[in-house]
Amino acid sequence: MKESRVIDREGVDALIQVLIDRGYEVVGPTVRGQTILYDSITSTEDLPVGLRDRQEAGTYRLEERGDGALFGYVVGPQSFRRFTTPPGAVFWKGVRSNDGFETVEPEEPPKYAFFGARPCEVAALKIQDDVYFTAGDSLYTERRNRSFTVAVNCTEPAPTCFCDSLGTGPGVSEGYDIALTEVIDGDRHIFLAEAGSAEGSDVLSRLTDREALDEELVNAHRMVVRAADHMGRYLDTDGLKEVLQSNLENPYWDEIAKRCLSCTNCTLVCPTCFCSSIEDHLSLDGLEAERIRTWDSCFTLEFSYVNGGPVRPSTGPRYRQWLNHKLASWQDQFGSIGCVGCGRCITWCPVGIDITKEAAVIRERDVRRVAVGTPSVREAGE
Amino acid sequence: MSEVFDVVRDQPFFAGMTEEQIRAVAETARLVSFDEGGVIFVEGGPARRAYLILDGDVALSLRTQEHGAKTIQTLHRGDFVGWSWMYPPYRWSFDANVQSEVTAVQFDGPQLKKISLADPELGYELLKRFTEVIVTRMQALRIQLLDVYSTFR
Amino acid sequence: MSPVPCRILSVKQELQDTYTLEIEPPRDDWSFLPGQYTMLYAFGIGEVPISISGDPSDPTKIVQTIRAVGAVTDALVGLKQGDFVGVRGPFGTDWDTSVAEGRDVLIIAGGVGLAPLRPVVFDVLNHRDRYANVTLMYGSRSPGELLFASQISEWRGRFDLEVLVTVDHGDDAWRGPVGVVTSLIGRSSFDGETALAYVCGPEVMMRFTIQALERKGLTNDRLYVSMERNMKCGIGLCGHCQLERFFVCKDGPVMTCAQMAESCWIREV
Repeated sequence: MKESRVIDREGVDALIQVLIDRGYEVVGPTVRGQTILYDSITSTEDLPVGLRDRQEAGTYRLEERGDGALFGYVVGPQSFRRFTTPPGAVFWKGVRSNDGFETVEPEEPPKYAFFGARPCEVAALKIQDDVYFTAGDSLYTERRNRSFTVAVNCTEPAPTCFCDSLGTGPGVSEGYDIALTEVIDGDRHIFLAEAGSAEGSDVLSRLTDREALDEELVNAHRMVVRAADHMGRYLDTDGLKEVLQSNLENPYWDEIAKRCLSCTNCTLVCPTCFCSSIEDHLSLDGLEAERIRTWDSCFTLEFSYVNGGPVRPSTGPRYRQWLNHKLASWQDQFGSIGCVGCGRCITWCPVGIDITKEAAVIRERDVRRVAVGTPSVREAGE
Repeated sequence: MSEVFDVVRDQPFFAGMTEEQIRAVAETARLVSFDEGGVIFVEGGPARRAYLILDGDVALSLRTQEHGAKTIQTLHRGDFVGWSWMYPPYRWSFDANVQSEVTAVQFDGPQLKKISLADPELGYELLKRFTEVIVTRMQALRIQLLDVYSTFR
Repeated sequence: MSPVPCRILSVKQELQDTYTLEIEPPRDDWSFLPGQYTMLYAFGIGEVPISISGDPSDPTKIVQTIRAVGAVTDALVGLKQGDFVGVRGPFGTDWDTSVAEGRDVLIIAGGVGLAPLRPVVFDVLNHRDRYANVTLMYGSRSPGELLFASQISEWRGRFDLEVLVTVDHGDDAWRGPVGVVTSLIGRSSFDGETALAYVCGPEVMMRFTIQALERKGLTNDRLYVSMERNMKCGIGLCGHCQLERFFVCKDGPVMTCAQMAESCWIREV
């Protein structure tokens, strides 16, 4: 175990303050509209203190825990990508000139400290790094390179969590500056804090803390390990890419289509989805142009539009595109699976479609093993 | 006669048939040629002959009210022209005109049917080849129907 | 990701809705490979991928053929000589001619698909002695919609290039073949066991052309196609152009059938 310090709630307040003093805009979980959303915070008062989330397919509720836990919930419908690739960000600006037009240099983006990032989120940031650094996208890299991450290890997973299946949690191992583990034991309310980077060490050194006792370390560690055994979902990743890529014509995709509303919720809440679109704006006098980047989703009808119509006019193939990309072809493109097991898509799907279940059904009904007939075909005599 | 036999035997269309079968088919055939601008058959005319193009181009067209004669397809070396000799009412369903000088093997329709009846195996071999060509041509015509090069706005 | 403003050198109307722009390159060391495209930006309106249709041996201008089908392309074809257009690129994979040496080369175009193929025709003719028989097969909707008609006439005059043109619908004056472009395949003699084909046109036309070529002995690795998908960024960032596991903008648009495998022709993939 890395060198761990122990701080209390005041220490967490101090931590937030140190980051603010260093010029970071600290963004973390807050309660808004009966959900937990990321917003600017200035102290622990802004956090969802004493709240727990009840999540299941298509359901999300907040309820009182009866204690003063600062991090007694898992993830809400947002992820930190709303700061690294803000929807509506101007990624290019130009003004007309004698030589056509000139590029206007963009303003410096804010420095963000991602506060309360779950291990799945930290893993998602790493996955997004692969996508955006490969493409060479300055919108993302400028924000990401200036960011600071305070991760929080999970001890109470939600029924929709399955990070353990992907090896992305419930504890962080890399990609963070500071990692906290909250422990409430009777009257004691402490946070184990460990540094994951030089800057993290430096920040921690500004706080009043004490060294962690061995039993505290062991106990915290055990809580995280136990969380791995209490995952609500499981995704069998063994040979999954091959199964999915061999089942593109499985009639089951059209069965899912009967339930899927193509509402795009899953892509909006997903921390790794990166599809974007561009809106062009021109000032009324025609002298200034802006190119705005928005989030887009492969579930929309227009997404695959080419001259003549969309390539995927049917819902089944659009769902297939999303699931296959996330779990299979992402591996061809970026060398890792695109899912971090955060379970958001399960919770926030209005009809409760479960990615782990659908992947399992495809595996079960693998067309290479199982005789295929469309559901409407019946053998004579049936 | 032997000249016709040699020509027919060399045609890829008949590849795989026995020498005896090809001989029987060649006996219903003769070599013909048509000048550029000539007419091979007209829509509605009696369909008694099948043509296998050896060289030159044949334009198939239909006479329409709105557009006059419209060429719907052109055929060339190696293509069979005309199927209406196989089925009643034995009338051509389009015009076949010579686009560039044509030499062809002309088969007698009723005779082809007679030898097919006498030798069902030969009949099957011929029908197998005819249907493959018809199917390929039908698939190509479907693409033509799709009008794939049009712009969509 | 910044578009570079480039001066329009000339605008030529090819067909009713198709124009060719000649654009000053964005930099001194500009070059491109046949099959590549640029992202053209109409200031304040938008950006679209447009194939480069010029001669790769001439780096002094970027020749791009645009079909006006929407707001951005309408704006681009409305530009005049001296106006500026934003250019990014070139992007994408090319018609790889290095593997065609010593072989028969078939260049098969459908409709406006002749535009991204024209550079490879130029390239092959510029190094004609490297190849065996070279054939251009072109299918268009009607005689009035033949792209680069005068260029085709010029090519017909050459003895080292076989040019076969067909239309879906003839007219009173047309004396050439009528029928789909696949019907031209039977009119050309080439060695199916070793020949190589570059095919570009509507996807259904490419599918049938590939089938017809396979029947003549061409194998997957010798069949090149140019796939079209919704490309917005050119750099594998926006996700729109995905075709199974490929980003058509950077893994394509030119791909071999061997590379793509069966999965790329599946319904709505």
